[in-house]
Amino acid sequence: MLAKDFKRYKAVYLMAIPVVLFYLLFHYKPMYGAIIAFKNFSPAKGIWGSPWIGFKYFQEFFSSYYFWTILRNTFLISLYELLWGFPAPIVLALMLNEITNSKFKRTVQTVTYIPHFISLVVICGLILDFTATDGVINSLIAFLGGKPANLMIDAGLFRTIYVSTGIWQGMGWGSIIYLAALSGIDQELYSAATIDGAGKWKQVLHVTIPGIAPTIIILLILRMGKMLNVGFEKIILLYNPLTYDTADVISTFVYRKGLLDANYGYASAVGLFNSVINFALLIFSNKISRKYSETRLW
Amino acid sequence: MIKKSSGEQVFSVFNTFVMLFLMIICIYPLLYVAFASFSDPFRLAEHRGLLLSPLGFTLKGYELVQKNPNITSGYLNTIIYLVTGTAINLLLTSLGAYVLSRRESYWAGKLMFLIAFTMFFSGGLIPFYLTVKDMGMVNTIWAVVLPGAISTWNLIVMRTSFLSIPDSLQESAKIDGAGDFTILFKIILPLSLPVLTVMLLFYGVGHWNAWFHAMIFLRKRDMYPLQLILKEILVENTSSNFSVSDVSRENDDIYRTLVQYCTIIVATVPILLIYPFLQRYFVKGVMVGALKE
Repeated sequence: MLAKDFKRYKAVYLMAIPVVLFYLLFHYKPMYGAIIAFKNFSPAKGIWGSPWIGFKYFQEFFSSYYFWTILRNTFLISLYELLWGFPAPIVLALMLNEITNSKFKRTVQTVTYIPHFISLVVICGLILDFTATDGVINSLIAFLGGKPANLMIDAGLFRTIYVSTGIWQGMGWGSIIYLAALSGIDQELYSAATIDGAGKWKQVLHVTIPGIAPTIIILLILRMGKMLNVGFEKIILLYNPLTYDTADVISTFVYRKGLLDANYGYASAVGLFNSVINFALLIFSNKISRKYSETRLW
Repeated sequence: MIKKSSGEQVFSVFNTFVMLFLMIICIYPLLYVAFASFSDPFRLAEHRGLLLSPLGFTLKGYELVQKNPNITSGYLNTIIYLVTGTAINLLLTSLGAYVLSRRESYWAGKLMFLIAFTMFFSGGLIPFYLTVKDMGMVNTIWAVVLPGAISTWNLIVMRTSFLSIPDSLQESAKIDGAGDFTILFKIILPLSLPVLTVMLLFYGVGHWNAWFHAMIFLRKRDMYPLQLILKEILVENTSSNFSVSDVSRENDDIYRTLVQYCTIIVATVPILLIYPFLQRYFVKGVMVGALKE
């Protein structure tokens, strides 16, 4: 079977080589490399030469004084992003859908997509500048009677700033998928609802939202798979030792321990823990979705 | 025309205001920075609150930016990485999409699964770093350009698009003696220009904004892409990044802020310029990816 397949599809096999090579080298080899989470890895000895230590790193991590802080931060930031950031594009899409003037609608869309294209570095630069003691936001605070302060060294504010700026950046772009789903709703359903006497609100509740529910669910499932995968690039750019207490998450911890301290084995263990939990969450949410709705990823 | 109830009219007005508000907060930060970048830095330092226009007018900030060798090399590097990277992206993604769209092939389905799996599970940052390091790519352009060569999401979108090209076209080509390479490059790709454009844009913007891989894999500053230089200027506030000889010591801080604003504008303007023209392609790209669900 294989030989016959090969002969007929020689060119296709040739084409596949670079692609397969890519995934092998940059995705599967690291997966195999994660094995150093269970070894006392030293670069000199290599993966094979380094001795096994089993779950020692995992035990070390779970019993460390910072374990709960990091886990809590990761979970909370992710949760807030989910609570506020996930619905925001949906709400925007629904509101955009109600705009009758198509020119206005398109203008709003064009403008709200812009933040998505601004680089993260620039956005964090903006955030750091605006939240500085003499920055724009503090001027507003002073104007309203408050006391200006450097907002980025306040651990209590970190999550709020992180999540709200994330919404600012992603809300417009995120609404595209929902707008696409909205345009796929059968207009007949709306006519039927109107005939049945349903006003605007009832229509939104009973036609619109059920209409985009599959899209919402799929995206929610995918989101679940990233629950503990808080976007660490942005945190690295925004956090500082004064805000570690609320800002340090699993991925930033892995970065510091692994790349800055070169504690490869330990950081790999923590990273592996992260990947496994995310994977489990993904499977779990897909199972739930399979059971209670017709939507699923696989 | 169905008359709206008064409740609906109130909502319409409310909606309009909300949309206007959203537009303002989306644009204003950039506008502020733009105004500030042309402003006299001393007046800027004393100013509190919003800016509705530049305070005075000076190009000194831009002058300093242009004289900064790091910014110039950063720009150049980003362009090099972008062109090389995007070319590799398009080539590999097209090859991959073609292979995965060959329904008759024995392996296509299994390959698809193995590739999709990588979207859900990964070895982690450290093993990834060590893998690239072991390949000897550290401090080379390859560390920046190869690890992201194929975005699985983009691959899937392209595959879906290839699948929608009629089999009949390909069958008749085969009968005429065309091999797979011919079919891909002479038939499928020309018919896939919209998807290719979208891929070009998505990958391109990704390269323009990239900084993390450069940060962990590059050691020489003259290889840094623009965003990494920006990181030093905007986030780490290192003044070694601009020619202090142009500005007397006491005014260091004051000019630093001005230069920061100018660098933001200089780095973001290219994207903002092409964006209006290509916006609908981006949007279409997301829609194609979404509707395949």
